[in-house]
Amino acid sequence: MALAEKKKEPEGHIIDLRHVSKWFGEKQVLNDVNLYVRKGEFVTILGPSGCGKTTLLRILAGFHMATEGEILLEGKDIAQTPPYKRPMNTVFQRYALFPHLNVYDNVAFGLKLRKMDSKEMDAAVRKALKMVGMTDYEERDVNSLSGGQQQRVAIARAIVNKPQVLLLDEPLAALDLKMRKDMQLELKDMHKSLGITFIYVTHDQEEALTLSDTIVVMNEGVIQQIGTPTDIYNEPKNCFVADFIGESNILEGTMLEDCLVRFMDKEFTCVDTGFGKDEPVDVVLRPEDIYIMQRNEQAEQFHGTVQSCIFKGVHYEMIVLTPDGYEIMIQDYNSFEPGTDVSLIVKPADIHVMKKERLCNTIEATVVDSEHIEMLGEKFQILPTGIEAGTEVLAEVDFDKIDLTDYQEDGTADGEVRLIIYKGNHYHLTIATDEGPYLYVDTNDVWDDGDLVGINIKPEDIRLKVKGQRPYE
Amino acid sequence: MNKFVRYFSKRSSWSLPYFIFLLLFVVLPLLLIVLYAFRDNQGHFTVDNFVKFVQQKEALNTFIYSVGIAIVTTLLCILFGYPAAYILSNSDFNKSKTTVMLFILPMWVNFLIRTLATVTLFDITGLPLGQGALMFGLTYDFLPFMIYPIYNTMMKIDKNLIEAAQDLGASRAKVFTKVIFPLSLPGVLSGVLMVFLPTISTFAISELLTMNDIQLFGSVIQTYIMQSDTMNYGAALSLIMLLIIGITSLFTGGDAENESPGLI
Amino acid sequence: MKVKIDKIIAKGYLWLLLLVLYTPILIIAIFSFTETKVLGNWTGFSLNLYKNIFAGDASGSMLSAIENTLIIAIIAAIVSTVLGSFSAIGIYNLKNRQRKAITFLNSIPMINPDIITGISLFLLFVWLGVSQGYVTVILAHISFCTPYVVLSVMPRLTGMNQNIYEAALDLGATPFQALTKVIIPEIKPGIVSGFILSFTLSIDDFAVSLFTKGNIGLETLSTYIYSDARKGGLTPELRALSTLVFVVVLALLLVINLRAERQAKREQERAAVLKIKK
Repeated sequence: MALAEKKKEPEGHIIDLRHVSKWFGEKQVLNDVNLYVRKGEFVTILGPSGCGKTTLLRILAGFHMATEGEILLEGKDIAQTPPYKRPMNTVFQRYALFPHLNVYDNVAFGLKLRKMDSKEMDAAVRKALKMVGMTDYEERDVNSLSGGQQQRVAIARAIVNKPQVLLLDEPLAALDLKMRKDMQLELKDMHKSLGITFIYVTHDQEEALTLSDTIVVMNEGVIQQIGTPTDIYNEPKNCFVADFIGESNILEGTMLEDCLVRFMDKEFTCVDTGFGKDEPVDVVLRPEDIYIMQRNEQAEQFHGTVQSCIFKGVHYEMIVLTPDGYEIMIQDYNSFEPGTDVSLIVKPADIHVMKKERLCNTIEATVVDSEHIEMLGEKFQILPTGIEAGTEVLAEVDFDKIDLTDYQEDGTADGEVRLIIYKGNHYHLTIATDEGPYLYVDTNDVWDDGDLVGINIKPEDIRLKVKGQRPYE
Repeated sequence: MNKFVRYFSKRSSWSLPYFIFLLLFVVLPLLLIVLYAFRDNQGHFTVDNFVKFVQQKEALNTFIYSVGIAIVTTLLCILFGYPAAYILSNSDFNKSKTTVMLFILPMWVNFLIRTLATVTLFDITGLPLGQGALMFGLTYDFLPFMIYPIYNTMMKIDKNLIEAAQDLGASRAKVFTKVIFPLSLPGVLSGVLMVFLPTISTFAISELLTMNDIQLFGSVIQTYIMQSDTMNYGAALSLIMLLIIGITSLFTGGDAENESPGLI
Repeated sequence: MKVKIDKIIAKGYLWLLLLVLYTPILIIAIFSFTETKVLGNWTGFSLNLYKNIFAGDASGSMLSAIENTLIIAIIAAIVSTVLGSFSAIGIYNLKNRQRKAITFLNSIPMINPDIITGISLFLLFVWLGVSQGYVTVILAHISFCTPYVVLSVMPRLTGMNQNIYEAALDLGATPFQALTKVIIPEIKPGIVSGFILSFTLSIDDFAVSLFTKGNIGLETLSTYIYSDARKGGLTPELRALSTLVFVVVLALLLVINLRAERQAKREQERAAVLKIKK
């Protein structure tokens, strides 16, 4: 499973993507995507808007060409094959039914092109319509159908061609909640009875968890994690996945030794191993895994005061503030009034520890003169250094040493807030810069997704490291 | 070789033939007007044609007169047409699509026939042809072209806006002055374009309605252009007319999309 | 109460205007049924004027003028429609800047007054040394009709769901098949209305035909009426012709209006059914 780094013989793999990258002009949309799909699987590509998932699907369908990389279908490279020659069919987000044809002719479209025998074709069309529950609708004008009905016709139109792979581009996004839930179950049944490979794209993580055999989580054109729904949910690999799937409390921590982790200034037993001694880590606690009860100093691991309590139907969602200033989200069937002192416990098995992807920002830069480097396309001031001008260096900056301003003109460099992860007592932001590199910033200020910011760094907070050597001060 | 094949297999290359056609039959002819305007009979470069225009009072006067007639006609059309458009679009006064169609109908009848119809009127009543007939005839001919765009624009005004104004306390008069009138102006502009430009360039109408008595700028141009020795002068005059039209279009942001009178 | 008076004044104004607009036409129509040379002098009911249009002795030229007009209109309309439709598809696929440029060029014939179009084309044919006649008239008509076809077809293209072309490819259609089976049916209404518009514009044209018909005796309906009326105002046969034209246009508009209303009613019913279904 997981990222196919080794050149595996694609047995049982119906689709292989190797080192696929895609640029639209200057903008990179897919960055070294590697994944494979097994025959008959239901794979969901999951991610927020703009993460590249639709582009990936369209590359598979043949509407875009990958800038780099290989696309293999049962071992054969299909990158040059046009869409009408690929044994794949697409279900579009906005149905794309042909308005001038009725339901029957829409479904029969692909079969007619293949000049299928009319009796066979008729049987196939009716079978497909039956499978989606649209029998008796053959003569209907597609424009008179409701959204859900149109989507079913679109599905019928695709599956009637018996494709090897069915590609679905957020097909349920335009439907209301109830219809969406019904169609999800229908799709799952269809997958079971048809036995063909489904590749499904969505931004709805609940949908992905419900439908898939395997989930591929993507963000900013990069695959974050591939796994089964339970794996993704219970063992997220990084902050993004932990934050994107379900609700999480993500906290800074230190792995003291195997099965012992320190966070919120306390030590907890956990079940994770394989980390170095005193290694900095990220800790994930799911709100539903935390036990909440009336204040009982004997039985607690940590405590706090309830800030808010919201009824969510199935459970109550509460925010608890610890004396150290950490805000923790808890979901429970019981409610506790705001202002109540409560005790909190979490079982070792429910503490999930993730390796940190980075400990500080590491940015490529060039020395301009003894007091300046060029970084992120701008000149930054540094403490006087003896490194020669023109040398390529790596600039290290701690997360909390980057200063963000409201107006881009007030900063040395420009950026845009892309991801905001709350870590209990501060925010950890991912900032995209014009030049390309991402910056990671810890701050207590509240920012919004998409905010345009200015970036300032004090000279004393920049550590320089000539590539390959130890850090200078 | 490969580049050509790739270009011609792209859909966008389908626009190439038409592009060439446009260059040949639209751009080139217009450039020829400019060319001829600045040449004399022997083909040498000269600005004499324009000098002649300014000095020889004849053409200049006709030009000014034609512009004047065009302005008056346009104003008359607005005067009579705007209320008509308002009444037609206001459901308090008119709910019949047939009535609207009756006003649009003349637009589809050949304008020569319509002009002859006005001649008939004067014939039967015994009124003399001349300037009065010309004014009447022009207004008669172009009135539907003013009514239609204004009507269209008024119909497109979101009913919610009117209701919102009423909700905020506007009387019917206020609704008109504060909401309908300002929003109808694009339609008026469109109508002005559809009346002023043709009126400035018309020639047949004046000949028929004044028994060749009064010449408008258009007929002057026509006379000069058709004779080979005055062709250049005619071209110069055409250029002058084009200039006026160009300026008018610029000022009003000539909206060609509204030119073709659609069906209701 | 105030509304009542207002309504009367408003309606009254409209009817007054309509009276002025249609009286002349009615007069012509009435007097098309009598043979008198002098308008206003009823010399007894007669259909002779109408017979003369189609008989063709002195009015032989009228008949050939009508013929010419129709032939020119049909050819020009067909060529313009084909050229315009394909060009619209081509333009739709152009990059933004190129599209703006050609759209601008396309709009020039629509903005230009017909006298300028006529004169410019006249100069073109003179400059090229081409003798003027049928061909030049048809070419001229094509040049001012095609932009309207493009204008009719483009909105259908831009309003089309982009995905249906891809859906066709996805289902196995080659680009050519996708074009014929999906795109063309989608833009067909635009093509049809473009054709009708071209035909109408061509029939109605006067100035451009006047400047491009040369002096071989070619006349279209409009130029015929013009030269006839120049001689002696509204000649008797022109009365019959005018009435005929008017009636045809009226009939056409009525038919189109009725069809549109019937379509609108059908859509309303469909919407009502949908509401019940939901």
